[in-house]
Amino acid sequence: MIADLGIVFGRVLFVMMFMLNLGGILTWVERKQSAIMQDRIGANRASIRIPLIGVRLRILGLLHPLADAIKMLTKEDFMPARADRFLFSLAPFVSVFFALTAFASIPFGDTLRVGDRVIPLQAVTLNVGVLYVFAMLSLGVYGVMMAGWASANNFALLGGQRAAALMISAEIAIGASIMGVVMVYGSLDLQDIVRGQGHPLFPQIFGEWIPAWGIVTQPLAFLLFLTAGIAATKRIPFDMPEGESEIIGYFVEYSGMKFGMFAMADFLETVVIAGMTTALFLGGWQVPYLQPDGFHFPWGAVATLPQVLVALLQVGAFVVKVCVMIFVMMLVRWTLPRFRYDQAMRLGWLGLFPLSILNIVLTGIALLLAGGPA
Amino acid sequence: MNLGQRFYLREVVAGVALTAGHFFRNMGKHIAHALGRKDARGAVTIQYPEERRPYSPRLRTLHRLVRREDGSPRCVACMMCETVCPARCIYIVATEHPNPEIEKMPERFDIDLGKCVFCGYCVEACPEDAIRMDTGILEFSSYSRLGMIYTKETLLALEPATADGKPTSPVPIPATRTV
Repeated sequence: MIADLGIVFGRVLFVMMFMLNLGGILTWVERKQSAIMQDRIGANRASIRIPLIGVRLRILGLLHPLADAIKMLTKEDFMPARADRFLFSLAPFVSVFFALTAFASIPFGDTLRVGDRVIPLQAVTLNVGVLYVFAMLSLGVYGVMMAGWASANNFALLGGQRAAALMISAEIAIGASIMGVVMVYGSLDLQDIVRGQGHPLFPQIFGEWIPAWGIVTQPLAFLLFLTAGIAATKRIPFDMPEGESEIIGYFVEYSGMKFGMFAMADFLETVVIAGMTTALFLGGWQVPYLQPDGFHFPWGAVATLPQVLVALLQVGAFVVKVCVMIFVMMLVRWTLPRFRYDQAMRLGWLGLFPLSILNIVLTGIALLLAGGPA
Repeated sequence: MNLGQRFYLREVVAGVALTAGHFFRNMGKHIAHALGRKDARGAVTIQYPEERRPYSPRLRTLHRLVRREDGSPRCVACMMCETVCPARCIYIVATEHPNPEIEKMPERFDIDLGKCVFCGYCVEACPEDAIRMDTGILEFSSYSRLGMIYTKETLLALEPATADGKPTSPVPIPATRTV
């Protein structure tokens, strides 16, 4: 009983720490990656002096997130006189909470066998995991709308209203593009979807060579999901709710750590979208040709591995894939100019939405011809 | 816009390829630099207080008063620079020079650098070549207006910069500065 509780706690703790640490480090990644893309060095001045030796530790600017946190915690926590005090304080917590919980049902590994126990490597095992992540992502926008409404500021209200509009237009595309994946793998459970991506694609034609990852079976859905997912993170090129260059956005009245929490929520959402993309399209924790008992290469070679090592490899593969997806999303964020509000709406409703419906139809026809889900 | 551009995806891929190319090229150079190849530079950044870009020798920087061999100022207090100064930031009080062959010398020679516009007219106007703007010093700042007034003694102590504009004197702190 105690052991069961400990295992559940450990699973949740792993996901929680993964999210929070990655979210914190992303501020550093954002600064450094953009700097290197633009032939600069990036923030590297924050330092800690070791007392007796007198050496200044900079460690590539990794102390900047720490300095940011200290700065934000010690700043004045301003609240406008006419603001709704309760909602104003609640809004950043709502934003961060739903961004954090969204990751819970994304599997970071298959199963770990310790003795006769079988531990699923997933914070929460849900048979409707896709819907859960989707629901948590959409609830996150409530924090933004709340902030916009409670600030008693017209620009904040505009930002909140834009966030709602953007969320709806992005969400429809997200939901509709996931449909194709759900049709192919025949399940709403993210663990089942990831397991399904371990099977070989068309064994009659390609043999065992190509694993049926979502990006191979659903390339159009991958593009649509990624685009809509980037829109859901509210970052450039889809930064209408923030709109630093026009309206300052829903957090215009926020200062100190509450403002920091909104920034944090953006990064956490980036991690969630990267995790979702990995689970749905990049094979989740799948390592090519790795079966539960070791590697089975298509040319016939077999390398058996202990179960713990297999589980470790899978978790490692998941983390690497998530990091690659985050890199790609950062690359997009620092490459593209921002959309105008109406352009984003047009892209969502006249571009992504019809295309994802088309993808469902095409997937249906293809499944009919191929004879059932893969 | 043609169809390819309106579809947007091709342009996005081209843009991302460009920035990703920059990222990986610079990253490779950074790693090579860390591994000991000191000629590989991944960034064009000059890390300012430690590194400086060379200044042009013609750059007008903080003034200095040229000294005679005995250390007294070459200035004869003719008031040409004070007259020509468009910002009116030079204040001169004249006095007798101990050497009877030299008519006058400044008793006070103050430049209010809070007003100076660095036009260089004072250098142009000087008939004795007694004031120059070649110290290479640009980093003078103060918390008060009084702290920007540089006196004769401070200006006399300055040396010219090297050929690539590196200052040879330390940044002077005027005696009037309190904060």
